[in-house]
Amino acid sequence: MAPETQAMFDTDELVINMGPQHPSTHGVLRVVLRLDGERVVGSDVVIGYLHRGIEKLCENRDYAQIVLITDRMDYVAAATSNLGYCETVEKLMSIEVPRRARYLRTVLSELQRIASHCLWLGTHAMDIGAMTVFLYAFRERELILDLFEEFCGARLTYNSMRVGGLPQDIPPGWDRKVLAFCDIMDAKLPEYEQLLTNNRIWLERTKGIGVISAEDAVAIGLSGPPLRGSGVKRDIRKDEPYAAYDEMQFEVPVGVAGDTYDRYLVRIEEFRQSVKIIRQAVAGLPEGPIVGKVPRLIKPPAGETYHAIESPKGEIGYFIVADGKSVAPYRFRVRPPSFCNLQALSQLIKGHMVADVVALIGSIDVVLGEVDR
Amino acid sequence: MVDQIVIPLLKILITLNATLVAVTFMVLLERKVIAWVQNRLGPMRVGPHGMLQPIADVIKLMTKEDITPVKADRYVFTLAPFLALIPALIVFAVIPFGPEVSLFGRRVVLQITDLNVGLLYIVSVASIGVYGIILAGWASNSKFPLLASLRASAQLISYEVAVTMALVSMVVSAGTLSMAGIINAQFEQGVWYAFVQPLAFFIFFVGGLAETNRAPFDLAEAEQELTGGFHTEYSGMRFALFFLAEYANMIVVSAVATTLFLGGWLRPFPNVEFLGFLGFIPGWCWFLAKTFVFLYVFLWVRATLPRYRYDQLMRLGWKVLIPLAIANVVVSGILKVLL
Repeated sequence: MAPETQAMFDTDELVINMGPQHPSTHGVLRVVLRLDGERVVGSDVVIGYLHRGIEKLCENRDYAQIVLITDRMDYVAAATSNLGYCETVEKLMSIEVPRRARYLRTVLSELQRIASHCLWLGTHAMDIGAMTVFLYAFRERELILDLFEEFCGARLTYNSMRVGGLPQDIPPGWDRKVLAFCDIMDAKLPEYEQLLTNNRIWLERTKGIGVISAEDAVAIGLSGPPLRGSGVKRDIRKDEPYAAYDEMQFEVPVGVAGDTYDRYLVRIEEFRQSVKIIRQAVAGLPEGPIVGKVPRLIKPPAGETYHAIESPKGEIGYFIVADGKSVAPYRFRVRPPSFCNLQALSQLIKGHMVADVVALIGSIDVVLGEVDR
Repeated sequence: MVDQIVIPLLKILITLNATLVAVTFMVLLERKVIAWVQNRLGPMRVGPHGMLQPIADVIKLMTKEDITPVKADRYVFTLAPFLALIPALIVFAVIPFGPEVSLFGRRVVLQITDLNVGLLYIVSVASIGVYGIILAGWASNSKFPLLASLRASAQLISYEVAVTMALVSMVVSAGTLSMAGIINAQFEQGVWYAFVQPLAFFIFFVGGLAETNRAPFDLAEAEQELTGGFHTEYSGMRFALFFLAEYANMIVVSAVATTLFLGGWLRPFPNVEFLGFLGFIPGWCWFLAKTFVFLYVFLWVRATLPRYRYDQLMRLGWKVLIPLAIANVVVSGILKVLL
């Protein structure tokens, strides 16, 4: 618009408040949008509605109790939160984890990755209006929850890892069920793709939406699929292997354009790679103990450590300071992937339409339990 | 007396009630069809296989509290749901459900009235309906509904033109604006107009999806973006009126498409003699069956496709459908003169 017409019509920005109670903010995210028509000219992302003081809470619990608190952060991917914490304490105390436990941890975290991506795919597609995908993805997620239930008794907050290994060995026949699930997953993936990947409307809604360049992605501190979608080949499973990932063969998919569609493709490919890893890990599952030599009372020597693993959403890191006297950490700090990835949101939605805002929130894949802790 | 007053009144009564009942069961059908697509069962609790669900829904909606927001424009807020529903219902006045039949020794036309400008009547009445949505969004005095009503008005403008142009090319083919006349023209020419005017058929169907605010063009109520859109502030029976209007509009579009493009109450291949045995099925059954096919496609599309974005929808309307529709009118006209 030319400047003189702008002066003639007194236009005003429309401020709308999206959330914390909104169907598409995936929990209690609040986005204050400033709109020009339907175009977003600015936004403020407000977090903190699910803050429970988890970090402080952990400083008042002993090391064994913290495992179950980590469940409550990324509640749709509890197993990887558990794993990251347990490995950090193991690193702090130099505990050797038996090979069987490392293999099972790999299986569990890859199952978790598929479950988390199923939830992402379902809700992301639902936000863009394709509601059938949601039900299809949840159908497969349900099977994973069944597997977890059989392994550890819980379906959402698993408490599935222990410092030094696992709480218990797998029930008999569980590995065969996991392999059967892999076959099902392979058969169902084309179903999702058929509904979305080449769908014209899906392409129009996701291509070129929320582009973030590789430099910007690194500068903001993105990790996980949003970072790889921009073409940065960074995956902790490959770069700094943990559990049994150094013995697994898999590819790290990367995108090119860094838009919503590439982030979608990266995650879809991660489904396949996860299935591949699970097959290898179950096939090569060694015999042996499932817990290493862990003292009865976990009391790490004085020191501090940071350890990160690749959760379905990105790099989840734990920083623990132990004073060597107490059975609780002196300082407990989490680097949650959702929180860091969410920083990109304001930049991503600028200049897009209201409808794209929900697509982009879905595309970053945040879990508010982890953002707020 | 009977011919002048009793029969028309009876016809109005039956059509109106049948439509309202059909609409409530449409909601059930939609939930069932989408559930089947998604490997679910859908409503199962009320009655066998949830067959009585519509009745439970109506009771629930009737007994709910009727809320008018304090800041709302009371009169417009109250008027809007009726403005949405009534045009959808009065369109049925010109829809021919069947040929002339004899009931109790009287010749009865299964159409409330055969206006000689029936098509024009439908186009004009149908476009009033969207005022309900626009005014509802405006009168709610709330931001999300306001955005929805802006979307609805933009959508109306972009699609009304294309649909009307598609209908103009139909009129060129049929040579009449009367709904019964169009069916008779198809009978005389021995072909459904879906085959004569495939492009117009396509444009009408896409435009129909857009005009009824159905997926993939359900921008005005986009639950995931605008939290329900124009009816966010409505509750109870007033909300239900919008719901009824949406489904009644779906039936209207399906019935009009059936009449214009699939030969209405004609059996398939109306001029082929050896298929004459199909004639034992009454015309209104053919009409309902064809309408049902359209309704099913509406639901099917909703279960399959993601939603368009507002600007993409406008682009599709202005840059694709309208030029296509105008070209179609020109080509139809030229062919009509030449042949």
